Amino acid sequence: MSEDVYVLGVDMIKFGRFPHRTIDGLGAEAALLALDDAGLGIKDMQALYLGNVGHVTQFVGQKILQQIGQTGIPVVNCTNACASGATAFREAYLAVKSGEFDLVLAVGVEQMGKGLLGNAGGGDDGIPREGLLGSRLMPALFAEVGMEHSRKYGTKPEHFAKVSVKNHHHSTLNPKAMYQIETPLEEVMGAEMIAYPNTKLMCSVNVDGSAAAVIASAKKARELGMGRAVRIRASALTSDRFTQRDLTLPDFNTCTRDAAKIAYEKAGVSPQDINLVELHDCFATAEIVHYENLGLCGEGEAGAFIDSGATWLGGKVPVNVSGGLLSKGHPLGATGIANIYEVATHLRGEAGARQVEGARLGLTHVLGLGQACAVHVLEKV
Amino acid sequence: MTDAALANPPTIVPFLKFGADGAPYLEGQQCADCGEIYTTERMACSKCFSRKPFKAVRLPTTGELYTFSIVHRSYPGIKVPFVSATVDLDGACSLKGTLVDVTPDPEHVKTGMKVEVVFRELEHRNKEGRTYVSYFFAPKKG
Repeated sequence: MSEDVYVLGVDMIKFGRFPHRTIDGLGAEAALLALDDAGLGIKDMQALYLGNVGHVTQFVGQKILQQIGQTGIPVVNCTNACASGATAFREAYLAVKSGEFDLVLAVGVEQMGKGLLGNAGGGDDGIPREGLLGSRLMPALFAEVGMEHSRKYGTKPEHFAKVSVKNHHHSTLNPKAMYQIETPLEEVMGAEMIAYPNTKLMCSVNVDGSAAAVIASAKKARELGMGRAVRIRASALTSDRFTQRDLTLPDFNTCTRDAAKIAYEKAGVSPQDINLVELHDCFATAEIVHYENLGLCGEGEAGAFIDSGATWLGGKVPVNVSGGLLSKGHPLGATGIANIYEVATHLRGEAGARQVEGARLGLTHVLGLGQACAVHVLEKV
Repeated sequence: MTDAALANPPTIVPFLKFGADGAPYLEGQQCADCGEIYTTERMACSKCFSRKPFKAVRLPTTGELYTFSIVHRSYPGIKVPFVSATVDLDGACSLKGTLVDVTPDPEHVKTGMKVEVVFRELEHRNKEGRTYVSYFFAPKKG
């Protein structure tokens, strides 16, 4: 059996809107932060894995090295929708796990516009399919998944809205989140309706951002010092296997359940062992269904689970204490590594006001529409 | 009369076809081995991996609203609100579409409601000036 793999350094920039900066500049900033966190330099890195969606054909990874040090190392630019950052992190992990490298860098970066994501779906005839053939926009797709949960278990709009109340509250404790604003339940439910039951405050925030991680072999981690190292207990990546409606309504549930099962098995832990979770709350409806998909509560119990306060900071298993995509923001390619940063920061005991006390095991989950689902389990050393 | 005038109207999806009588219908592709039905042509069955030739089948015109969202914000130029619907066609496949002829609010749109497939002409015309046809879902009458 091959040896463990560690995160030695990890960091993210404060998410925001930086229209006048360059994509490589944003990525380079996170890369340097992560290298500094590890006490290493670019000359120590043997490969770079880059996650991005919007600019991925533009050699973003190479451009980052052109800004911070051209060492000639292999660069792989990864794209997997909202799982792009996690995919880059996993590729970096696998490269070290395979024994090929001892020290590699994973960077996730995104520069986004404002507004709705998705595709109006105009064909050669120039007629938009949006509105004619239902909606392919993200708020509606994830709303339909929420309504599927309502249909099965009687979940109410209030249950979904409470996710937003919680995550916005959490972000008031995170200086790197886009927003630090409390949003009471009435405000969330009374906000502009985007795609029922998701109001504007139940949709993630399109922001610019970057995050990076230095990943090391056990040998190198021992040599450099394990003081703040975080062990990668499991890495899982799935796509959508055939399910009844996947080709009609993207099945975000099955690929998440598959990835979670693989990750728990590889880590040799159960959902009850996990102390905190950063999951893909691209919309409030998504967080509810993922409670069950990740095994944090039983089937059909997600509504009662959010009601119980279990997923608030101080609860049984705090979820998205960073503020989540809903309030920290969701720069697509950066999100997967920003989640790793959040969990690692708690495992290191360095999360300040939002610290999950005694955190030893944490889980990250991201989901790219298409589908790509990545789950990582991290452990305090 | 020209050939173009005799041809069937242009459609918004390739699986919308017209019978010999000119009546529109939706056509599915059925796997010869497992019976799974798709609305798109494919190289093999994504469920059972069979490569046997698919059989063209007429899709049923009735079904059930599996899930939905009421879309209030969309791209500029797209009329809102509208109901984005995922429908399970009776005994066939599921299909995405817009639910019409219903007040677009959660009091009137319910998962599990019976719907039927209806065909409507669009405002859009092709280069020959012919009106496009698409399918929609509507609450089942009676």
